[in-house]
Amino acid sequence: MNESLLRELVPAVIGVLVRRGADFASAEDAVQETLIRALETWPADPPRDPKAWLVTVAWRKFLDAARAEASRRGRELAVDAEPSAGPAPATDDTLRLYFLCAQPALPAASAVALTLRAVGGLTTRQIAAAYLVPEATMAQRISRAKRRIAGLPLDQPGDLATVLRVLYLVFNEGYSGDVDLAAEAIRLTRQLVALTDEAEVAGLLALMLLHHARRASRTGAGGRLVPLGEQDRSLWDTGLITEGVSILQAALARDRLGEYQAQAAIAALHADAPSTAETDWVQIVEWYDELLRLTGSPVVRLNRAVAVGEADGPQAGLAALADVSPDLPRYAAVTAYLRERAGDLERAAELYAEASRAAASVPERDHLTREAARVRQLLRP
Amino acid sequence: MKYLLLKHYRGAPASVNDTPMDQWTPEEVDAHVQYMRDFAVRLQETGEFVDSRALAPEGAFVRYDGEGRAPVTDGPFAETKDLIAGWMIIDVESWDRAVQLAGELSAAPGAGGEPIHEWLEVRPFLTESSKFTE
Repeated sequence: MNESLLRELVPAVIGVLVRRGADFASAEDAVQETLIRALETWPADPPRDPKAWLVTVAWRKFLDAARAEASRRGRELAVDAEPSAGPAPATDDTLRLYFLCAQPALPAASAVALTLRAVGGLTTRQIAAAYLVPEATMAQRISRAKRRIAGLPLDQPGDLATVLRVLYLVFNEGYSGDVDLAAEAIRLTRQLVALTDEAEVAGLLALMLLHHARRASRTGAGGRLVPLGEQDRSLWDTGLITEGVSILQAALARDRLGEYQAQAAIAALHADAPSTAETDWVQIVEWYDELLRLTGSPVVRLNRAVAVGEADGPQAGLAALADVSPDLPRYAAVTAYLRERAGDLERAAELYAEASRAAASVPERDHLTREAARVRQLLRP
Repeated sequence: MKYLLLKHYRGAPASVNDTPMDQWTPEEVDAHVQYMRDFAVRLQETGEFVDSRALAPEGAFVRYDGEGRAPVTDGPFAETKDLIAGWMIIDVESWDRAVQLAGELSAAPGAGGEPIHEWLEVRPFLTESSKFTE
C-alpha cells in the first residue's frame, strides 16, 4: 500500500463528510479513525477503490458517533443516514481545509498540528513523535484547536498569509520522528500551488525546494552543522535547484513581489554560485533591501549585514550592524563572523563563545563553540 | 517551545511556607499530591504537558577512573548545595506562559493548606534541529 496516496485522500474525504452534513470536528475525527484502520488493514487487504472505502467507513464511524451523542442527549439524529452521492468538488474542499486549519486566531502550534492531521493526513501519533510530545498531549492540542474553530463554516474565506506561515513552520521543523516534515511541507505547498493562483505560494514552494536541495550538505558527521562556505556543493540536488529557480522565475514575472519570493531569490543566488567567493553578493544585498522594505524585520536587517560584509568588506558589514538590536538571537554570532574577517581575532573568539551560550539549538551551540575554539587556536603562538 | 520546571530539595531560595513535608498533616500531604496531579491533568488537556518525574534524594557522583578500572563513586554529598527533586516538562507558546504555569505550580498547598510559594527553576530546552541560517 502506498501510504502517501492514502494520505492525499484524507482532505477530500473530510470534505465529503462535511458536505453530507457532518460538522468539521466530528468528520475529522471519523476520518482519522478510518485512516488508522486503513493503515492496519490495507497492507493485507487493499480495497479496489480506496477513496470509496474511506468515505464509506468514515461515514459509518461518523454516524455511530453521532448516534451515540444524540442518544446521550436524548435527541434525534440531525443528518440523513443515507445521503445522496452528489458530484464531489474535492479540490475546493481541500483548499478550504487549509484555510480552516490555519485560522489566524489559533496558536501556531495548534494550527500546525491541525493542518498536518486534516490536510496532511498524518496520524496523531506521527505528529506527536515529530514534535516530541506525548500522543495524549497532541490529541488534546488538536481537539482544543477544533473547539476553537467550531462553528466556522468550511466555505469561509481564509487568510492565505497564515496558511503560508504554517507551512513554513512545518518546513523549518525538519526531521525528527519517522516523518520528514520538510518533505511533508513541500508536498502540502505543491498541492496548494495547484489549488491557488498566487505568486507568493509559488515563492514559498521555490524557497523550500532551494533550501531542501542543499539539505545533504548542511550537516556533516554526527549532525554537525556545516556553514554555507564549507558545504560540499557537489551534494546539492541540481534537479530541485532547477525546479525551484524556474518556479521562482515564473512567480517573479507576475510582478507581485512578496517576502517568500524575495527569500527564494536570495536562496537561488546561493544555489547558483560555484563558491562563496563567486556568489553575487551585490545582488543578494539588493534582495535583502527588498525584503527589508517588505517586512521591516530586524532579523532580515541582521542577515543583510552578513551579505553587506561579503559584498563590501567586513567593516561595511559591521557598520550595517549599527541599526540592529544586539538583543536579537544570533547577533553575537554575526558580529563574531564579521570581526574575524576584519582581523580582530581576540574579539571574534569572545563573541563566538558568547554566541554559543545564547544558541537555541544543540547543533548551533556546538558549531559556535567549535568556531570559538578554532579562532582561539589561531591566537596561540 | 519546551521548558523544564525544576523542583529542588535543596539549592533553591527558601519557600515562603517552608515547613518540611514530613511535618504536615496527612490531609495536607494528600491535598498537595492531588494538586500536583490535577495540574498535570490540566496541562494534558491544554495540550501543553510533556513529562513529569520525581527523583529520590539518594544517589551518588560517578566518574571514569581510567582504562580497565572500575568507575569511582562518591557521595551522597550532604553538603552539596544543589539537589534536584523532580521536574515537569511543558511545551508552550511563550516564555510568559511558562512563567505563568510555574507560578501556578508553585502555589501548590503545603502546611496549613496554604500555598508553599516554592521557588521553581524555569529553563528553556535547546532544540535538536537548527533552523537554516544563511
